[in-house]
Amino acid sequence: MKAEQISIFLENRAGRLEEVARLLAEANINIRALSLADTSDFGILRLIVNDHEKAKKTLKDGGFTVGRNAVVAVEVPDTPGGLHSILNMLSSQGINVEYMYAFVQQSSKAATIIFRFDRTDQAIEVLTKNGITIIPGDTLYSM
Amino acid sequence: MIFDDDMETLPREELEALQLRRLKGLVDRVYANVPFYRKSFDDAGIRPSDIQTLADVRYLPFTEKQDLRNHYPYGLFAVPKDNVVRIHASSGTTGKATVVGYTKRDVENWATLMARSLVAAGATKRDIIHVAYGYGLFTGGLGAHYGAERLGATTIPMSGGSTKRQVILLRDFGATVICCTPSYSLFLYETALESGIDIKELPLRIGVFGAEPWTEEMRRDIETKLGIKAIDIYGLSEIMGPGVGIECIEAQTGAHLQEDHFLLEIIDPVTKEPLPPGETGELVITTLCKEAQPLIRYRTRDITSLNFTPCRCGRTFARMHRVMGRSDDMLIIRGVNVFPSQIESILLETQGLTPHYQLLVKREGNLDTLEVQVEVDEKIFSDEIKNLQRLGGKIQKHIKEFLGVTAAVKLVEPRSIQRSEGKAKRIVDMRNSS
Repeated sequence: MKAEQISIFLENRAGRLEEVARLLAEANINIRALSLADTSDFGILRLIVNDHEKAKKTLKDGGFTVGRNAVVAVEVPDTPGGLHSILNMLSSQGINVEYMYAFVQQSSKAATIIFRFDRTDQAIEVLTKNGITIIPGDTLYSM
Repeated sequence: MIFDDDMETLPREELEALQLRRLKGLVDRVYANVPFYRKSFDDAGIRPSDIQTLADVRYLPFTEKQDLRNHYPYGLFAVPKDNVVRIHASSGTTGKATVVGYTKRDVENWATLMARSLVAAGATKRDIIHVAYGYGLFTGGLGAHYGAERLGATTIPMSGGSTKRQVILLRDFGATVICCTPSYSLFLYETALESGIDIKELPLRIGVFGAEPWTEEMRRDIETKLGIKAIDIYGLSEIMGPGVGIECIEAQTGAHLQEDHFLLEIIDPVTKEPLPPGETGELVITTLCKEAQPLIRYRTRDITSLNFTPCRCGRTFARMHRVMGRSDDMLIIRGVNVFPSQIESILLETQGLTPHYQLLVKREGNLDTLEVQVEVDEKIFSDEIKNLQRLGGKIQKHIKEFLGVTAAVKLVEPRSIQRSEGKAKRIVDMRNSS
């Protein structure tokens, strides 16, 4: 049920993000979702793409430090309170969200939220038990 | 004024006779009492009795900083430990500090040489001397302190840090002489201005500055801003501490090295051959009087030249040119000696791998700053900000703990650190380029 994400270390200076986008464009890789965390010196770019293997190799060859991480893609009703009900289930079990980012699908009434948990397996268990839809990786990459 | 007229103005012939007498005694002592020297003399095929003239010193083996580390902590002592009354040590990672021991007489001699230095700088026993060098294992604080007391001046053991408080006490106690690093004097000046105090208006008249390289421009800057005479003092802990050499206030053209205690050579750092008087090369010092830990031909790594022409102050001791560079990769950051290899071993201990790194030294305002740039590779990379920040914080903490210097740690992308000729360029020193 886990999905894969790649993360890229970026120095906080002009042109670095553009370089990542250029490499991915040249390799014909499509970005599904992204989030950028920043500090004064550096940033971490997290990407869901259609081909993680190829994306990682492309960026590595381009000189970037790239990591692969397990995340969980959750379908959340696109209505008020949708996010709260999910976070409530998790916090009541003491599961911490390290970070998250969301996107709304054009063709759907639901939003997709990508979660990075401190305890991924337990989070999946809690969500499944509560009838929450977890989007499998393969579906996510080709959405 | 001259503190020790008999010694400091000895005619060269008499000085050399004294040096030779002391050198002969020294080689006998170290050969008999220090296994390291006995072995290195034997390996070089030389006996103490072979030393018949001062020039014969060239046949003796060198002592390097690494030899001190290899015999950590007490391996180079030439006297029983009971006779050692003081230990100083330079910063270093665990087990790699360089340790220096002093007998009671060594401490007294040091105080005398430091008192001579203060007098050469223009101080008298009527002065109030504010010592802002760090007190502790570092030789600066206690070295200056004992000298100031030996002179009979009023001594203020301020130590380093608490700059705002230093300014207040500088004003309230009416110090007339200050001992610190040259860059710290400018930092004090600026801090004082922020508190509405102009150091120029205070009774302060002399600064005795050392422990880091500085320039003539900086001297002029300090003298104008603080309204004082800025005097260069030379010293290194392996040899003794501050007071190995001092500029005279009369000429202010190079530190007179105290030749009755130290035998000087200038060598070519590559061929290690002695160079003729006046040539530029590496300063090599043999301690003629030290009891606890005498050193034979210690390679200071400081690049300089010696000037033997008579000085208008009347001292006959040679004057050394301002240190022009180093024959190794040592950096001096706010008076603290830092070797890139020390940073490397800290990085190794912190994360268990040899990362690529670069040291960036800048002068911001008047203070040296050290930035350690560490390349983030896959082993240390994390998708979580907090993990990377924790890593940076840990490296910074270890550098502070081991080396006593505050460094900014910056995580950078791989290969963003310049490589020169396939070899990583470890140091970028921008202090003299701005």
